[in-house]
Amino acid sequence: MLAFVIRRFLQSVVVMLAVGLIAFAMFRFVGDPVNQMVGVDTPQAEVERLRAALGLNDPMLVQFGRFILNAAQLDFGISYQFRQPVTRLLAERAPATLELAFTAAGFALVVGVLMGVYSALRRDSVLARVFQAVSLVGVSLPTFLIGILLIYLFAVQLGWLPSNGRGETVTLGGWWTTGLLTRSGLRALILPAITLGLFQMTLIMRLVRAEMLEVMRTDYIKFARARGLRTRVIHFGHALKNTLVPVITIAGLQLGSIIAFAIITETVFNWPGMGLLFLKAVHNVDIPIMAAYLMLIGFLFVTINLIVDLAYGLVDPRLRIALRS
Amino acid sequence: MNLQGPGMAEPVISVRDLVVEFVTRRGVLRAIDGVSFEIAKGEVLGVVGESGAGKSVTGAAIIGLIEPPGRIAGGEIRLEGARIDNLPAEAMRRIRGRRIGMIFQDPLTSLNPLYRVGDQLVETILTHTGLSPRAARARAIDLLAEVGIPAPERRIDGYPHEFSGGMRQRVVIALALCAEPDFIIADEPTTALDVSVQAQIIALIRRLCRERGTAVMLVTHDMGVIAETADRVAVMYAGRIAEIGPVRDVVKHPLHPYAKGLMGAIPTLASEAEELVQIPGAMPRLDRIPPGCAFNPRCALAIARCRTERPEPIAPHPAIARREHVEPGHRVACHLAEAPQ
Amino acid sequence: MPHPTSEEGKGLVGGGHGGRVARLIDSDILLSLRASGLTMVAAVIVVAMFLGAAFAPLIAPFDPFDPAKIFLSDASIPPRWQEGGDPRFLFGTDDQGRDLYSAILYGLRVSLVVGGLGVLLAAAIGITLGLVAGYLGGRVDAIIMRIADVQLTFPAILIALLIDGVVQALLRGHAREETAVPVLVISIGLSFWVQYARTIRGSTLVEKSKDYVAAARLVGLPAPVIMIRHVLPNVIGPVLVILTINLGLAIITEATLSFLGVGLPPTQPSLGTLISIGNKYLFSGDWWIVAFPGATLAILVLAVNLLGDWLRDALNPKLR
Repeated sequence: MLAFVIRRFLQSVVVMLAVGLIAFAMFRFVGDPVNQMVGVDTPQAEVERLRAALGLNDPMLVQFGRFILNAAQLDFGISYQFRQPVTRLLAERAPATLELAFTAAGFALVVGVLMGVYSALRRDSVLARVFQAVSLVGVSLPTFLIGILLIYLFAVQLGWLPSNGRGETVTLGGWWTTGLLTRSGLRALILPAITLGLFQMTLIMRLVRAEMLEVMRTDYIKFARARGLRTRVIHFGHALKNTLVPVITIAGLQLGSIIAFAIITETVFNWPGMGLLFLKAVHNVDIPIMAAYLMLIGFLFVTINLIVDLAYGLVDPRLRIALRS
Repeated sequence: MNLQGPGMAEPVISVRDLVVEFVTRRGVLRAIDGVSFEIAKGEVLGVVGESGAGKSVTGAAIIGLIEPPGRIAGGEIRLEGARIDNLPAEAMRRIRGRRIGMIFQDPLTSLNPLYRVGDQLVETILTHTGLSPRAARARAIDLLAEVGIPAPERRIDGYPHEFSGGMRQRVVIALALCAEPDFIIADEPTTALDVSVQAQIIALIRRLCRERGTAVMLVTHDMGVIAETADRVAVMYAGRIAEIGPVRDVVKHPLHPYAKGLMGAIPTLASEAEELVQIPGAMPRLDRIPPGCAFNPRCALAIARCRTERPEPIAPHPAIARREHVEPGHRVACHLAEAPQ
Repeated sequence: MPHPTSEEGKGLVGGGHGGRVARLIDSDILLSLRASGLTMVAAVIVVAMFLGAAFAPLIAPFDPFDPAKIFLSDASIPPRWQEGGDPRFLFGTDDQGRDLYSAILYGLRVSLVVGGLGVLLAAAIGITLGLVAGYLGGRVDAIIMRIADVQLTFPAILIALLIDGVVQALLRGHAREETAVPVLVISIGLSFWVQYARTIRGSTLVEKSKDYVAAARLVGLPAPVIMIRHVLPNVIGPVLVILTINLGLAIITEATLSFLGVGLPPTQPSLGTLISIGNKYLFSGDWWIVAFPGATLAILVLAVNLLGDWLRDALNPKLR
């Protein structure tokens, strides 16, 4: 088990170094960082002095090492457009993105599993067919179009929910801003969370349905019936537990996707999160923010992958044993 | 018509004119077409036949696990005299596991891999008895000991994958015995096991039934297993019973041409030198069962009547019975056995 | 329990070399197409949209790129059947006075070209790498498949966004109109190759061990010739299904990037760009500017996905 954990951890580090290399290459070669800091009339000697001071004349490997070390200490330099440390900019916007992402993930998981289980157990019912149709549409419609549709229906036509921003937020512990404690904050969260979670919800629903139908055909479910167990126990004990093992993996991996896809949702709803910051950085060629965001997303994916792999071992005893020996 | 085996009062299970159909896009297929038999307390009825002959479907029908598109389309099934084929789902569920147990073919797949062996035993015991969880666990350990699992108090907390194939089949048997059922359907219980383990499992089933007086329907395509274990045997072909009777009698003196071929296929030391009898052709698909006797296209002895009139399982003509040394209780569905040629 | 259909299945599975292509032409597939009304509708829609895009200059009543024909006085006219509609403009006009129907036809053309080329590029990259990885094996295989594994953990749309964003940043708006399409195609190509590579590698590994490859080697044919002439035809089958399924994804990716403002510029609008423009007028009541491009995009992707699903099922008899 320990060997497995160490091996997976080292793999993750290698992937992170690769992502770091890409971020570094962007940082170093896409637009000279010095040119961003000086004016057109700065004398050439001054430019050279700055270059040396920033260590841009050092060997590449040294520069890369420095970049990685700084990144490990969460230092990604100064944003070109805001003239502020990138880390602070990202930290200010992280709560907005995280609250949105986790709400969307919770929505996707709960509703997706419920719909999936229902359409597996009542596969020929009208509602199950409706769910299937919804899932096909959910997979086919681009996220931003869903957002626009929801805004048009619930904000423009019905006027029930706000269409942009986070609403009123409360600051917790001096730095975490939350919209979960105010009425307007919660109202503002509904549409973006549904928009962001809808695709994952349909994905989870399809997965749960397919997986559960598969499990229901297995011998151990037939045997559980033959033992006279109650239908409820068979469906929600045996079948669901076996269904959820692979679902956990996919759902866990989807969390990374949700945070990444927040870029789109945040743009549609003008949600003041990291995704919106990243997109603005792309428009303004603000390389430090782009590089930092890339590393952040890379880190998230690698970490989530690692956790999911390890959690999988905890849930499935077969794997747990295989790892122990 | 009296199909009872020798020397018994009320049979534990009685199946009469059972018809099971599957509704498919290409029409209704009859998987079981008019099957009748009875099994007495403590008796083992072996059911043999090729795959697709309807052995497993018969078992599934008795325990009420025929799922759509399948359905019981006719006949009746009685458990100790009371009809069970038309019970509501919930009432039938209470019978499953408590009064009728079932042992599946593949012990590797019949246990839920994510549940401890003990959990699966305890949940079954709790479902069917009023025992406390603590008492249920004690009973689970007793059951594991009874089916021959060493160190049961430790093994009870193991997961199925930690057991060998033979040990898992013992666990499956323990699960079938949880509520001391009157009747057990064992559906190919040894097919998936190593030959050396097969004999142990058969001996175990045999011992447990002797001790408890449980009736057993042993479904298999292995005539060797039947010869060793069963009291009586039913030979099935294309959803019908071709021949049924005391096991030694049917093995030694088969009357149905198909049963003769089947018995000829048992390799024994004595018959090693002899050529194995091969039946030409294959069993028909369910949608291609010919009229008359289902076996007639493959039968070397078929007469005109075999192609039009369906034979019913009856006692052979006394002259034939005498000639072939057939014992009472031996029935065959063959026109040739109805009168001496 | 009996499996009455198992024998049918067997006949379809055992195809041998090129079996999949044969199966595609097999009348069975046309039968299943006719059997599914929804798929039939989807096929008609896809064909109609392809034709509409291909012949946009002939069909469209206006040239949305000709500033001489666009008048601000025609701006924001609702669809023809609405009050205040103008018979010249079927779906109304946008804020610049452009005919939406014409703009959609041209936008569809851009979306399909970018999506189609992107998917083809992805297939080309994936097939090449998969073939090389599977055939050569060893370290080459390990490196290619490791990269594929890592890339697979990130959503393709995110990778496309990153590549596209970085390249756009690199070019700093220089000649954006000329570079936008190739940049998008490359972004999509680099984001979607993994699935092809994995599939092709898997079947290449199987084919490699067969006698005809050994024979070709014995004759002394060079590896590239064996790969392209002998192995490729036998492993290419599933690519068609992935192509169809990925086409929908690629179109969505392009639309999303354009919506986010890093794809096609407003001077060369795709469906995504049109939606992005229309989104600004959602609150002013000019719903049609976003609704028609949005509906076109949704119907296109839905139809392509339906076709993809059907194709996958039809070529995989086990699923039926």
